[in-house]
Amino acid sequence: MSERKLVIPGEIIVSEKEFLPGEWTEKRNDEIVAVRFGVAEEQDRLVRVIPISGTYQPRKGNVVIGQAVNILSSGWFIDIDTPENAFLPVSEFPRYINRGEFADVLDIGEMVVAKIINIDKRGIDLTIRAHGLGKVEDGLIIKINSNKVPRIIGKEGSMINLIKEETGCNITVGQNGVIWISGKDTEAELFAKKAIMYITENFFMEGLTEEMKRWFEEEKGK
Amino acid sequence: MTKESNFKRPDGRNVDEMRPIKVKVGVIPNADGSAMFAFGDTVAIAAVYGPRKMHPQHAQDPEKGVLRCEYNMLSFSVDERIRPGTNRRSTEISKITEWALQPVLMLEKYPNAVIDVFINIIQANASTRCAGINAAALALAHAGIPMKNLVSSVSIGKLDKQLVVDVNKLEEDWEEGEGPTDIPVTMTPDGRITHMQLDGKISNEQLREVLRLAKEATKKIHEIQKEALKKSVETGGKE
Repeated sequence: MSERKLVIPGEIIVSEKEFLPGEWTEKRNDEIVAVRFGVAEEQDRLVRVIPISGTYQPRKGNVVIGQAVNILSSGWFIDIDTPENAFLPVSEFPRYINRGEFADVLDIGEMVVAKIINIDKRGIDLTIRAHGLGKVEDGLIIKINSNKVPRIIGKEGSMINLIKEETGCNITVGQNGVIWISGKDTEAELFAKKAIMYITENFFMEGLTEEMKRWFEEEKGK
Repeated sequence: MTKESNFKRPDGRNVDEMRPIKVKVGVIPNADGSAMFAFGDTVAIAAVYGPRKMHPQHAQDPEKGVLRCEYNMLSFSVDERIRPGTNRRSTEISKITEWALQPVLMLEKYPNAVIDVFINIIQANASTRCAGINAAALALAHAGIPMKNLVSSVSIGKLDKQLVVDVNKLEEDWEEGEGPTDIPVTMTPDGRITHMQLDGKISNEQLREVLRLAKEATKKIHEIQKEALKKSVETGGKE
């Protein structure tokens, strides 16, 4: 097996003995079987399935983009597209804020780029005390399926850098599938959105970065 | 089956012939996974939400996730309007659907969570629970829930002494001879049964024949389900 292949739960991916079962696969009598709908991939005899659908599963360390939905005396509740809202305490804000100033700094409805610092049974805790995190200023917010985020970023950021270069926009991708595009004008932002949408539609394609280079050339020729 | 092939079904089908099947995956953009499944005039749509945190908290299971199914027939799905909402029959079918799907789901990966499956029958002409289970299995796979296998469901009927695959309303109300017997069966593609019901009477030998027919039919359904799931991606989620 060399190329990527779309698999459904219960489908046999390979039936040779020398392969090992990786993520979302199972070994059943020398056969490697997919247990999740996705794209099967083989690397160094390890077979795994990359999911292409489903809900976002938050992980510690993920950078996400969310919307402030409530203000409490100790911080903000942020909707990051998880079943439970995440909490951003004031102590995790980069500077000191007076009581009553909360809404001036981050009002309900405003978006924020944050990092998950802790997940426990009480909920998810966020921070914005790091480089690149903070309130979303002007720009465009789009939402894609969180399982397609790795394809938008590409190998070592190759894809996202290509889009940034070609469109001249600054793009922040949240692991929850929310993307913030900010460019010099709306036209550039919409162009970047179009490129991202093209990737999500063709995410299973091989050599996608090359294809995107071609796509940009074609779009610019118009 | 020389003797049996002379049997005339009301709609002219062969005894082992199902009604034309229509499948579409991703019919509800708002859901995490969704599918439509139709056996001829019987149309079911299923939507999956989750896994998400179970509320109320006392219903949570710290060892594995919970599957919650809701089967519902829309008031206009049958000739005479039915009262909308939960009734005795829909409660039973909801539970049956849960039991039919649970064996293939790997719920242990989602402790304290719940997966909600909503099945709506928008048009009914018998075999609605089978169409519902088929749609739900597809919707669960589409929602990225880890599963050991897909399941496919079909109803086998006994009209007088004759076994037929995929009964419709006319056949369900068969009045000649021994009358009708309806046996909905759900199977994995390797022929393991996850659900079987019997409404009527049947002999041991004939039940074996029922399972053979069901195995053949579910295999065909599985192929259609597989194709539909793969097609949902190749069209880029839109059509």
